[in-house]
Amino acid sequence: MTHTFYIALSYALTALVALCLIAWVWLDGRARRGELAELEASGIRRRSSQPRDDADQSDKP
Amino acid sequence: MTQSLAITKLSDLANPTRFLALAARVLPWMGTVTAVLFAIGLYLSFATEGDYQQGQTVRIMYVHVPAAWLSMMCYSVMALSAIGTLVWRHPLADVSHRAAAPLGAAFTLIALATGSLWGRPMWGTWWVWDARLTSVFVLFLMYLGLIALNRAMDDPSKAARVSAVLILVGFVNIPIIKFSVDWWNTLHQPASVIRLDGPTIDGEFLWPLLVMAIAFTLLFFTLHIAAMRNEIWRRRVAAQRRLAARAAGREA
Repeated sequence: MTHTFYIALSYALTALVALCLIAWVWLDGRARRGELAELEASGIRRRSSQPRDDADQSDKP
Repeated sequence: MTQSLAITKLSDLANPTRFLALAARVLPWMGTVTAVLFAIGLYLSFATEGDYQQGQTVRIMYVHVPAAWLSMMCYSVMALSAIGTLVWRHPLADVSHRAAAPLGAAFTLIALATGSLWGRPMWGTWWVWDARLTSVFVLFLMYLGLIALNRAMDDPSKAARVSAVLILVGFVNIPIIKFSVDWWNTLHQPASVIRLDGPTIDGEFLWPLLVMAIAFTLLFFTLHIAAMRNEIWRRRVAAQRRLAARAAGREA
């Protein structure tokens, strides 16, 4: 086997692992964002992002 | 004054919503700079001269050394996060070490595989059980163990505490990896880049190596921030599903 083979395989393997990592992080993010959007669409929200009626009342004199 | 400012900034980030806003702002920039640095680094890696002894195989160094450096840096980031979990109970600390473990395992795998591919033509062997190679292999196994441990436990805060203890115990391996080449006879040469008397490596090889090291480091931090953001989202989805299930239970 020539030295070119070892060099090419090293770079190809590094690229493959790095691309797999990038794809995993990107796809995982997309899936989680989709799940959050789905929950929001079905009316389930975080308590902090729900409208606060009591806050409006407390502003009134 | 500076210290209190740093502490204020750190506690500002303890709010996951604030972290998500910051991540959305910095990730596109970090991704772009990483891509530009990789373009320059890869150009330099192939445009510079080969070594008079190693010939063209010296180019494997430009991916092997940054990956090996990151395998140790990632573990150090995880150890700092583990302290954050156990000492300060920082809400993002366990998110940080959980998100970093797969990244560390991937960079260690790159270091092991490219090292083997460099070792075969230069040393005449794919692998030997010397101190440097064995300690890096142990690091790889530790990453896999931490990933498995995190996935085996349902309660993320309990998993975080147990992994934090394990990470800190395993940190003893990092100085062993770093100084293994000085303490024992290994196939690796002693440190040649980070030395008190300056690097002993020629500028022809040092520049591509430095650019690739910065590119790899930025890639790690970009992926780490993105993976932390994903982990925060995952926990929010789980929390909201629990809330929805509880609400449905009350209605029934």
